[in-house]
Amino acid sequence: MVNNSNPPSNSPLTKGGTSSSSPLAKGGDNMNSPLAKGGDNMNSPLAKGGDRGVNILEVDELVKTYKLDGVNVEAVRGISFTVKSGEFISIMGPSGSGKSTLMHMIGCLDVPTSGRIIIDGEETKDLNENQLAKLRNQKIGFVFQTFNLLPRATAIRNVELPMIYAGLSISERTKRAREVLERVGLKDRLNHRPNQLSGGQQQRVAIARALVNDPAIILADEPTGNLDSKSGGEVMFILQELHKEGKTVILVTHEQYVAEHAERIVRVLDGKIVSDEKVTDRRKSDNNSEIVK
Amino acid sequence: MNIFESFRLAFNGLNANKMRSFLTMLGVIIGVGSVILLVSIGQGAKSYITGEIQSLGSNLIFVMPGKIEFGGGQHPSGENKLSLDDVRLVGKKSKYMEYVGADIESSDRVKYGNKIRNVMVYGVTSNINKILNVPIVKGRDITESQVGGARKVVVIGKTVAEKFFGSGEPLGKRITIASQKFTVIGVLKERGQSMGVDRDDVVDIPITTAQSLYGLDRVSFIMGKARDSESVDPAIKEIKQIMGKRLKPNEFTVSSQGEMLGAFKNILSILTLMLAGIGGISLMVGGIGIMNIMLVSVTERTREIGVRKAVGAKTYDILIQFIIEAMTLSVLGGIIGISLGTGVSYTIKSLSSLPSEVTVWSVSIAFFFSAFVGVFFGVYPAWKASRLNPIDALRYE
Repeated sequence: MVNNSNPPSNSPLTKGGTSSSSPLAKGGDNMNSPLAKGGDNMNSPLAKGGDRGVNILEVDELVKTYKLDGVNVEAVRGISFTVKSGEFISIMGPSGSGKSTLMHMIGCLDVPTSGRIIIDGEETKDLNENQLAKLRNQKIGFVFQTFNLLPRATAIRNVELPMIYAGLSISERTKRAREVLERVGLKDRLNHRPNQLSGGQQQRVAIARALVNDPAIILADEPTGNLDSKSGGEVMFILQELHKEGKTVILVTHEQYVAEHAERIVRVLDGKIVSDEKVTDRRKSDNNSEIVK
Repeated sequence: MNIFESFRLAFNGLNANKMRSFLTMLGVIIGVGSVILLVSIGQGAKSYITGEIQSLGSNLIFVMPGKIEFGGGQHPSGENKLSLDDVRLVGKKSKYMEYVGADIESSDRVKYGNKIRNVMVYGVTSNINKILNVPIVKGRDITESQVGGARKVVVIGKTVAEKFFGSGEPLGKRITIASQKFTVIGVLKERGQSMGVDRDDVVDIPITTAQSLYGLDRVSFIMGKARDSESVDPAIKEIKQIMGKRLKPNEFTVSSQGEMLGAFKNILSILTLMLAGIGGISLMVGGIGIMNIMLVSVTERTREIGVRKAVGAKTYDILIQFIIEAMTLSVLGGIIGISLGTGVSYTIKSLSSLPSEVTVWSVSIAFFFSAFVGVFFGVYPAWKASRLNPIDALRYE
């Protein structure tokens, strides 16, 4: 619905609203947010993703309750939001806010106590264990804080893993794994094991693994949490590149600085969303930038 | 995921822990190897002993002192009542027997010149070598009149002949048995080794001579040969009847060669089964070793299982990966065990007189049992691994 109206509607608004237009970026620092709000859902100046439109993820009244030593702990208490295809969003909150639990449920690693998750049109509640496995395999690409690579497998074997479960032939797997590893800059590290790679390189292997089945959503859980600022910068650069190519990226972090690499930040506190805002001054990473903490 | 991928994963998993995989496999190797080896020894003993009994001749009937029940009976108590009179009586009255003879078995020092040997000394009736199918290759056998007259004549086995006389002429020479001089009148045909005993290291003397030499009035065994195979059963009945008039039923036992063969076969089959059972127990212990290692492996690789599930492994994929890992351990162990057991069995065969026999059934049972052990003891750990909740597995430290 927004698709066609976005670019035309935006420019008049911009022009009409102030003398400064969005290309004048720096001066428009403060101008941007009123503009975006005034433009309702029409947030096009920042990204191509916005006009790709379709809801790739819908989370509706999600609740997760744990039983911990006989006491019920409500980790997530009624969270609803949607993510459109091609969006780059951050889910932000302090530790214990329920953001990781939320992400695990979105990634079908954990089952909600109540509420609905719809991924690319599929209601996860209706799926059995094998169908969930298939969904994780085809639609979700995980990037974890602790990388979670298989320690005894080489980079290329690690990247092949999702394709094994997708039933691809070995030649196809090797070819694709090689391509993806080259894309994340690990052309020379194909046959290195995780313990022969730096943290940043390991995380790039993990990103390659997340990408290799061309998933609908990339879920990154504190991807820079275990990295030095330079490696963190590289990882954020890759995520932004993927976003530019049209991938949907959901980033979970507790760091404002990292979160600001996304277009939109959903803040979570005590299992509830406290704010859901566009990022007015997006941080950009290039291949050499560092994340300043 | 196809089955070849599962195998590849399993091999990678085992390869990563070579020492541990090998030690686990060792349990199965020893188990399967011992099943194969023990069964082959049991089988070998069985075919050896039955072969021995059959080689004695055909249609043989034995009368032993006391009451003997084959296959679980007790050995006789009380004294031996079998005498040469019984032999003569049966020989005279029987319609079905071709020969009836007897022997006394002893071991003694035999001297020729300054050469001394310890040999088996058999006191025999004149027909014993006809009953047992042992021809005389040189000279003559002991005659009935020599038995009747308790003459000091001797027929010697081939080993005795060689040791005492080398390539020289033994006939007519005099050898000393229990301080008595005996004249060599014949040489027995070579019979070879039997149960580690040289059956050519023997001498035969007239049974009457032996009785007076050792102060006996009884015989060790009465043995005879029925006219043909149809005569064996009526002959047994007949002998029981004839001897029953002189002796009580519990003072003697009449048995055919076939009965003895059957009895030995039974005993040895039980022995073989027992040996297989012992091997089976060690195989089971090997299986428990597999289970133990697989459980350790599942715990140790919990995060790996979580990662695999997160990237799309189904429950079935995890299950099959671990089952194949366990099966690979046991089947590989089984194959090595079979080769090892077979190898040792053949070594025994070539180094000793025991003709150990590796049978097809013991190999196939051992193989399938080892595969079964792998599945059986692998299923539980594999099931445990496959049931893990992905997020719990990933969080596992």
